[in-house]
Amino acid sequence: MALQSGEKLPMFIGHIWSKQKSRWTLLGLRLLAFLAAAAATLVMVLNKQTKTFVVATIGTTPVNLTLTAKFHHTPAFVFFAIANGLVSIHNLVMIMMDLLGSKFDYKGFQFPMIASLDMLNLALVSGGANAAAFMAELGKNGNSHARWDKICDKFGAYCDRGAGALIASFLALALMLLISFLSILNHKLVNSSSHNSHNNIIALPN
Amino acid sequence: MAKTKRIIITILLRLLAFGATLSATVVMVTSHESAKVMNIKFSAKFSNSPTFKFYVTADAIATGYGLIVLFLSSRRSVDRLIVILDVVIALILTSSISAALAVAQIGKKGDSHAGWLPVCNQVPKFCDHVTGALIAGFVAAIAYLVLNLYSLHVFLTPLFPV
Repeated sequence: MALQSGEKLPMFIGHIWSKQKSRWTLLGLRLLAFLAAAAATLVMVLNKQTKTFVVATIGTTPVNLTLTAKFHHTPAFVFFAIANGLVSIHNLVMIMMDLLGSKFDYKGFQFPMIASLDMLNLALVSGGANAAAFMAELGKNGNSHARWDKICDKFGAYCDRGAGALIASFLALALMLLISFLSILNHKLVNSSSHNSHNNIIALPN
Repeated sequence: MAKTKRIIITILLRLLAFGATLSATVVMVTSHESAKVMNIKFSAKFSNSPTFKFYVTADAIATGYGLIVLFLSSRRSVDRLIVILDVVIALILTSSISAALAVAQIGKKGDSHAGWLPVCNQVPKFCDHVTGALIAGFVAAIAYLVLNLYSLHVFLTPLFPV
């Protein structure tokens, strides 16, 4: 599948995936990823539930205990919120650079920077989403071996909102994976059609 | 000359990652301890927690993949597939290590708001074992990340304006 030097890409790929269409597709995907990550951050940060339990009855007056579930009680959720916040900022910066970046002239350095940053942020959002997912699983099922009770039966709304934030974050993860691959593919296609004299862009260095 | 340097660096990184994932898997699987607390037998194994099971699975997959790729890394036809699979394996490793770290942190410090007591006081050797496995897994994740960035750099070198 590796192309030899000087060989052109099949023409139908160039027709289907024109430069303008691919640019707007990528921009749309980045916007979706930004919205998903921002939604995940917001829902997690604003996640809070207060509940009053009756723990004992002295005579006729019940003794109440008020417990609050907040996201910052759990370090994994703090990491989740920070990771998704950083990823949404990254996507926002990428969108701005795509829309306004033609004024700046570091074309040669721009693409490797974008690709590396995309990869790093992909790892970040993946780590945050999975840490929060397993912590949520622990809260939902508890762990009988460690004598840890489940808490989702008492704080149902908190768990539901957390689940919503997790879904948004996993959506952002899938979108960022797609964006990474598409942007590398897009750049190779665009460069190959306009710089056929650069012989070793497509073929891996040998 | 540049080609051999590239190959050497790649193979070194892959060897490091393979060794790290192998040791993480083995150390996590062999971690078990029983303690008697007030006549109740309290046994801690890695399979008690779904998170650690996921961690062992992910590291086992990465070990198998690393072994296969070490033998295949010079073939030209699978180069691109290997780059893509490297990204996927790096993602799996980072997610498994962060999930395992989250749960291990709860095991060590407990969660006073949820009423979860720390378990490391009852089973300290299990906790040490798990800590060792997590450190190895962290090294593996970083090694795969560096490998990915290096592959990207190698892949895109002709585009640098230098």
